[in-house]
Amino acid sequence: MMGLDRDRLAELVQVVVRNPLRAFLSALGVGWGLFMIIITVGAARGLENGVKADMGSDVSNSMFAWTMSTSLPYKGYQRGRYVEMDIDDVNWLQANTQHLDLVCPEVQLGGYRGTNNVVRGKQSGAFDVHGAIAEYPQVKPMNITEGRFLNEGDLAGERKVCVIGSRVKDILFEMGEEPLGETIQIQGVIFRVVGVYTPKGNDEDAQNEAESIYIPFSTFGKAFNTRGRVGWLSMLIKDGVDAEEAEEATKQLIKARLSIHPDDPRAIGAWSMAEEFQKAELLFSGMRLISLLFGSLALLAGVIGITNIMLISIKERTKELGIRRSLGATPLRILQQIIGETLFLTLLAGLCGLVLGVGLLEAVDGYLEGGGDAGVFRHPEIDFGTVLTVLCILLGMAIFAGVLPAMRALAIRPVEALRSEG
Amino acid sequence: MLALRGIEKSYPLAGGTLPVLKGIDLNIDQGEMVAIMGSSGSGKSTLLNVLGLLDGFDEGSYTLGDVDMSGLSEKQGARYRSRFLGFVFQSFNLIAFKTALENVALPLFYQKVARRERQKRALEMLGKMGMEDRADHLPSELSGGQKQRVAIARALITSPRVILADEPTGALDSTTSQEVMQVLREVNASGITVIIVTHEADIAAQCDRTIRLHDGVIIEDGRSGEVVEPTARGANTPD
Repeated sequence: MMGLDRDRLAELVQVVVRNPLRAFLSALGVGWGLFMIIITVGAARGLENGVKADMGSDVSNSMFAWTMSTSLPYKGYQRGRYVEMDIDDVNWLQANTQHLDLVCPEVQLGGYRGTNNVVRGKQSGAFDVHGAIAEYPQVKPMNITEGRFLNEGDLAGERKVCVIGSRVKDILFEMGEEPLGETIQIQGVIFRVVGVYTPKGNDEDAQNEAESIYIPFSTFGKAFNTRGRVGWLSMLIKDGVDAEEAEEATKQLIKARLSIHPDDPRAIGAWSMAEEFQKAELLFSGMRLISLLFGSLALLAGVIGITNIMLISIKERTKELGIRRSLGATPLRILQQIIGETLFLTLLAGLCGLVLGVGLLEAVDGYLEGGGDAGVFRHPEIDFGTVLTVLCILLGMAIFAGVLPAMRALAIRPVEALRSEG
Repeated sequence: MLALRGIEKSYPLAGGTLPVLKGIDLNIDQGEMVAIMGSSGSGKSTLLNVLGLLDGFDEGSYTLGDVDMSGLSEKQGARYRSRFLGFVFQSFNLIAFKTALENVALPLFYQKVARRERQKRALEMLGKMGMEDRADHLPSELSGGQKQRVAIARALITSPRVILADEPTGALDSTTSQEVMQVLREVNASGITVIIVTHEADIAAQCDRTIRLHDGVIIEDGRSGEVVEPTARGANTPD
């Protein structure tokens, strides 16, 4: 019905350009509405990106669990028992979980956030020392800048090797000194450096990470006499699994394995980045929806403006429409023409708003990429799906805007139209 | 070619109706050049609008060619207008923002003729009217006579069987009027029926036949210059 060939396009352009100021003013509302949608949705996304980046170096589906003392007696055990996990429990959990992709045991010298004096020659510093496995970077992504991370050979061979954070390197090594192959002493035990990393993220956690040292979990137990004891678990939840559900199921598995009362609220602690991400995602989805809603309302105001202008235009062009009818234009052709003009004007204005909005977002993004400071605001963008949604809304509104003027045009009888003074 | 039988037409008024055409019977043959005359309010323009399918009628029948035009939908009316009829108006009714060429080509646009073919035929038609050098001019850049020539070219572009002209010389000076009438006579000479509504006797005198209306009734119908009683040609008798 609404096929657009060169002739019809030429007709549309003729009608629009013969009153350019009016066309511009009526289009301004729609262009502005769409511009606002793009900017607000893009800004919401920029805020979301910034907050998520600052949420840390953990991946979005990571989860952590640790043991504490029990609060309920169970199976002959008194309340207040301090529960510990070892590597066998970790292997059992990995084999029995339905909700997790990966379970990494982790242990820290001196306990959680305990720091230790690490020495290299005359240099020394207080750093976090972790025992970890080769898969650990999947939970805690890091950029290996030199060498490598721990591997299966290191764990199986209980090698005295370590991977150090960038701050550790800066403190223990001279500027330009090659750390790979060099040794450091941790509580008197000598470890050879096999890799250097920088953490991902900008949060406080990431800064601490830069001051950490990773050694094989198996070596840790031997070197520091922890006998395979696990400090906490770092885990990855399977795709599509609800974080809350995964957390509860994992706690129950651990409780069952360690003979803890299923209703004990204290014995197992857990924290889920996935849950935090899901909450944040919900918040930002709400923000995006609100941006879209208010932007659409601004767009609607613009579209109503176009309807109004088109109604005035129909009144002014009554005679022209009568002439067209006398020359053989069917009612359908008139309907197509009026809706076509409205669509043309609306979509043209909308596209201008879209291009300007995306252009502005790109400019802001370019500024931020170039080192500009915008606080917790990063990489404002609008995805293709949102653009498509907005264009569909615009198209629907444009058709809506055209129907009323078109019906008004069709209601005019040709003979009356020819008599008019338009 | 064109036959009206018992055509009645009235317009609604507050508290009643105003009869405008009262039982019009009329036959017009292919190739005739007919003038419709009458004083203001006599119903001549309404009759032309009914003949041009721009307006309906309340009673009677209207046959154009072999087709009954009673009860046509708007879409059908538009199609028959496009196929059979061409219009020439007193005020030219050219679309102001289109060039002469685009105005002439417009009826072909509604007949879905391809753009190149449309432009070629429109240019040829303007050439026949001696207007090819004005093809790219807007109506505002043309004189009254030139506008009417463009309007006639537009009316002829679809090769209609009937040209309906409503006071085609009403807005022109006498010299230009004669030029326009010369064009219409040439159109008629090519076999096209021409029906002219006019109140000017010298214009009517250039037609083959004159029909005079008074108060919605045909009161005279005959060869121009020797008008006979309407009953002699089968037209109705005035009240």
